[in-house]
Amino acid sequence: MATTSETLRPAARTFSLPKVRLGTLVMVLYLIFMLVPIYWLVKMSLQTNREITGVFTLWPQNPTLDNYRVILTDASWYMGYVNSITYVVINTLLSLAVALPAAYAFSRYRFLGDKHLFFWLLTNRMAPPAVFALPFFQLYSSVGLFDTHLAVALAHTLFNVPLAVWILEGFMRGVPKEIDETAYIDGYSFPHFFVKIFMPLIASGIGVAAFFCFMFSWVELLLSRTLTAVNAQPIASIMTRTVSASGLDWGVLAAAGVLTIIPGALVIYFVRNYIAKGFALGRV
Amino acid sequence: MDKVQNNKAWFLVLPVLVLVAFSAVIPLMTVVNYSVQDTFGNNVFFWEGLGWFKEVLTSSRIHGALGRQLAFSGLILAIQIPLGIAIALCMPKRGFWASVCLVLMALPLLIPWNVVGTIWQILGRTDIGLLGHTLAGLGVDWNYSRNPVHAWIIVVTMDVWHWTSLVALLAYAGLQSIPQAYYQAAKIDQASRWKVFRYIELPKMRGVLLIAILLRFMDSFMIYTEPFVVTGGGPGSATSFLSIDLVKMALGQFDLGPAAAFSIMYFLVILLVSWVFYTVMTNLDRVEVK
Repeated sequence: MATTSETLRPAARTFSLPKVRLGTLVMVLYLIFMLVPIYWLVKMSLQTNREITGVFTLWPQNPTLDNYRVILTDASWYMGYVNSITYVVINTLLSLAVALPAAYAFSRYRFLGDKHLFFWLLTNRMAPPAVFALPFFQLYSSVGLFDTHLAVALAHTLFNVPLAVWILEGFMRGVPKEIDETAYIDGYSFPHFFVKIFMPLIASGIGVAAFFCFMFSWVELLLSRTLTAVNAQPIASIMTRTVSASGLDWGVLAAAGVLTIIPGALVIYFVRNYIAKGFALGRV
Repeated sequence: MDKVQNNKAWFLVLPVLVLVAFSAVIPLMTVVNYSVQDTFGNNVFFWEGLGWFKEVLTSSRIHGALGRQLAFSGLILAIQIPLGIAIALCMPKRGFWASVCLVLMALPLLIPWNVVGTIWQILGRTDIGLLGHTLAGLGVDWNYSRNPVHAWIIVVTMDVWHWTSLVALLAYAGLQSIPQAYYQAAKIDQASRWKVFRYIELPKMRGVLLIAILLRFMDSFMIYTEPFVVTGGGPGSATSFLSIDLVKMALGQFDLGPAAAFSIMYFLVILLVSWVFYTVMTNLDRVEVK
């Protein structure tokens, strides 16, 4: 008995050790691959332009916050962030407001054409923004919304409303229907029940949907750039303008990029377990 | 969950319907309108019939863009799906390090797309970028704005960096849902690591992987911002994918007719793939309920 356990143990060890090591190694390499480009951007944002174009270094020799100071003191730069955040917030509120009742309807009732409607919503999430860029431009110009925050917020509902409906529906299906029925028996009216009882139950779902609406509106460039000129110009668009100009200031560009990453990076920890769910439209 | 038949639910859906009708149906009808008409300016239009569709279907420029697009999407799927599965298998299952991995991996997904483009545009430059500088140091004649092969390498690498985590996160979610009992049964049967993967993990991940494949296909099929920032569709038209070509046509040259006809066919392809996606998802939901 003793001899068999002794012969088995070393065998098991040689089998398990390299496997663990390989997995960790792959993971570490992958994370390095993820982080190096971001590190490079952060590094450049801490350098002066002369240092960036002068000598090639792996880390900043004289770290400086001047690039950030340029952005945060120049209205033409920081207004880009204000504009972006404005339309993103309008869009998130609008999307959630219309998606909540709709998701409830889809999760609780069968009605005429429900499946077709659900599918039609999905096609909007999948629609290429390039197809919509020109008609949006003309539509919003003709109703006098061009270059307003509302125009971009409305345009982004194209893909955010379907996303919010799908995510919320996924969460609402998990709430047992008996809760609705009990509330109605207790004499709650529908709006009262929905706001007082149902919404707290799916609070995490609302949070996740809000996060994804915020994010997809924040990362989009084509529509927001097409629909704005000066007053509502998003930060992303201001950045591309700098790229196309000659003799650009790489340090400021990098700092602007770093500042656009921060909003996502701040809240990502809270939604880490729902990231897959959000990207897969509430399924998974 | 068994649902109640109630047509009054339409009232709850109405706000969504109105909003999406405004932001999707009206613009789409404009596109349909343009696709069958021609104009000499001054808002005077006349009937063109299916002329634009014929022109687009036989245009070598659009054939080229479609070919590049299919090659790009195919390449992206071929790299990202296996890599994503491999990464998901290597991730720690729970605890502190699992959270760290999740957060760090998701970072590229939350970066604005033009910043992704900017990051890689800088990284690929030989004078100030780490990647370009290293390659030049190794003796490679690296120039992604001149050499089409290099342009493709940088665009594909960028997309792998940007989106592989999505596949990995989905696959990871699928792996997490496998009950421990399955692994114990496999251990009793003395199944090899490969067999555990082939007969337990892969079938259990089938659902999420289908979603991953469809999402990656759709999103790579309409990619615009990232390659536009990095290469501008060049050199020549080496990295002009469908969306880049369409925007050039519609907003750059203002060729409304062909651009609209092009848009409609583009959208029909998307519609077809969406339908596949929807069928897969609803079938999965049904399996889940059982």
